[in-house]
Amino acid sequence: MAAMTLYDKLWNHHLVEQWDNGSALIYIDRHLLHEVTSPQAFEGLRLAGRKPWRLGANLAVPDHNVPTGADERRGGVAGILDPISRLQVQTLDDNCRAFDIVEIPINDVRQGIVHVIGPETGATLPGMTLVCGDSHTSTHGAFAALAHGIGTSEVEHVLATQCLVQQKMKNLQVRVSGRLQPGVSAKDLALAIIGRIGTAGGTGYAIEFAGEAVRALSMEGRMTLCNMSIEAGARVGVIAVDEITIDYVRNRPFAPRGAMWEAAVAAWRDLHSDEGAKFDRVVELDGAAIEPQVTWGTSPEMVTSVHGHVPDPAGMDSPSRAAAVQRALDYMGLRPGMPITDIRPDRVFIGSCTNSRIEDLREAAAVVRGRRKADSVRQVLVVPGSGQVKRQAEAEGLDRIFLAAGMEWREPGCSMCLAMNADRLGAGEHCASTSNRNFEGRQGSGGRTHLVSPAMAAAAAVTGHFTDVRQLVEVAA
Amino acid sequence: MTPFSHHEGLVAPMDRANVDTDLIIPKQFLKSIKRTGFGPNLFDDLRYLDEGQPGADCSGRPLNPDFPLNFPRYQGATILLARENFGCGSSREHAPWALADYGFRVIIAPSFADIFYNNCFKNGVLPLVLTAEQVDTLFASVYAHEGFTLEVDLRSQRVMTPAGDVFSFEVDAFRKQRMLEGLDDIGMTLKSADTIRRFEAQWRQRSPWLFGSLDTAAER
Ligand code: SF4
Repeated sequence: MAAMTLYDKLWNHHLVEQWDNGSALIYIDRHLLHEVTSPQAFEGLRLAGRKPWRLGANLAVPDHNVPTGADERRGGVAGILDPISRLQVQTLDDNCRAFDIVEIPINDVRQGIVHVIGPETGATLPGMTLVCGDSHTSTHGAFAALAHGIGTSEVEHVLATQCLVQQKMKNLQVRVSGRLQPGVSAKDLALAIIGRIGTAGGTGYAIEFAGEAVRALSMEGRMTLCNMSIEAGARVGVIAVDEITIDYVRNRPFAPRGAMWEAAVAAWRDLHSDEGAKFDRVVELDGAAIEPQVTWGTSPEMVTSVHGHVPDPAGMDSPSRAAAVQRALDYMGLRPGMPITDIRPDRVFIGSCTNSRIEDLREAAAVVRGRRKADSVRQVLVVPGSGQVKRQAEAEGLDRIFLAAGMEWREPGCSMCLAMNADRLGAGEHCASTSNRNFEGRQGSGGRTHLVSPAMAAAAAVTGHFTDVRQLVEVAA
Repeated sequence: MTPFSHHEGLVAPMDRANVDTDLIIPKQFLKSIKRTGFGPNLFDDLRYLDEGQPGADCSGRPLNPDFPLNFPRYQGATILLARENFGCGSSREHAPWALADYGFRVIIAPSFADIFYNNCFKNGVLPLVLTAEQVDTLFASVYAHEGFTLEVDLRSQRVMTPAGDVFSFEVDAFRKQRMLEGLDDIGMTLKSADTIRRFEAQWRQRSPWLFGSLDTAAER
């Protein structure tokens, strides 16, 4: 048989029916649901008198709308102050009860951002197809799972049929040689890749991240990288299975055990691209050359090194590029040519499905330890990705480091990543954010987002402006 | 779903690249548990001068006079002309719901983001790819001629201008068929229910660990 890519293997394993018009029916092993993109799907099932195909495939959790303040959280769903948010979370509870779907409810210790709790509970396993009505479902590709976001019509489709109608994507390999420098993280790598190939660079492709720098990443780092595949235009990002993957999955609550575990691991060891597998496109980067990244614009590809400058549209050849940059600078309130280190965030957000796992919080805490939030920074929100992450961080004393520095330690949820709850930016405010999107208004109407790693966000929080974190702490080599 | 085969309508311009789904329908409106009613909040941040609230009446809100969809000449537009990578970002199907609810049946752009592209077909909105040069030409025509319309024929995969120019476009056979007939996807897939059941049984035998229960007692 011809050498196959990892994506090809995952596709073939799940191919139910190939039609001659180019579309195919693909079997879905795991379906994650949350409150925002599911109500209309359940309503559709109800109207058509349909039932879920396989109950055990589905797992639901409220995350986008939930308040992160401890007081508001204490009252559970009934305590959510915003009546529209409350109704949406309540609707998820009601639908899960009515259709008999397993839900992790709002104040369960396992509750959290859907892309954090999937891997953490072992609901995400290597070799599976996994979908969710959320574009950052690409996160789960870190486990060599075929995982991608879907729309609400497809949520209904998966519930009713356990399948999706799909067209096969092309294969793009992003190969990162060398090692990331100490103080440079998976987030910087993700942003550097997007800066290189652009936000539409991966459109139509499944990206496989490979190379020494990727292999050296922890599972947390790999999830961060795959999470942002969608910001490069690719619905799917995958990474081959290795010992790091297997060690992470072992003993997770929903992971197989005993003889079943051994059989699973044996199967998982084949989840890599074969020697000589053909990619439609290959992009190579030198991992050792990547510096801490900061976005200056309103698209994730508008990014540069912390030592860089805001670009000047005046010097640009392409008029449409110059116009796009000018519009971004107007929105962001930045001067052409100004050093990135002169940008002063009003707020800092450490959280989101990109960077709210325990390792992210450790990296941020290592910078904050013994320092205080700069006076010019109005608020620093630290929002763990799940109840488990929160509990672990508290056991390590990370919460006390943040609190002692004048920062806020919150309950898990999406929070200021998309500002559907009360956590949001005011118009004109700059934010150093560890989330994944710097679109206009994303973190609040008129808000100005700069995407960075957790360590860089922490560095900005304590110095009051973007700072190369490597100048601030002795980073362990 | 409403079938789509032929459409003629007024064209409105959305002259910027990388229009993301947050811009098409901002997050506060995602709190709705309905599929309809998003039209008044389409492009909310660009269209109004104040901040939109979910559930609030939009009729008295101050309009942004500089936003093309507010120009008298584009009222009643059903075809949106856009730039590359339209619909990037969040997977929210609320974006095509809002476009459809506003009245758009066709979006023309040099390229679309994958998830958005797919979501459009589920909602009777045709995302239509033309080359960057063709899109440039159409932008010039929209600006030059008030009341500029286009005719779109899905069956023959052609776009026709009033001047008689014809551009052909690609669309995959499966999506085209479904759109032409307005078919219910789920109903179609369920015709393969036996095949799915057979596949599932084999797959379960081969990978039993993917079929474990998630139903453990919650630890509080
Ligand atoms: S954290 Fe942000 S990007 Fe991630 S699922 Fe929540 S809203 Fe979406």
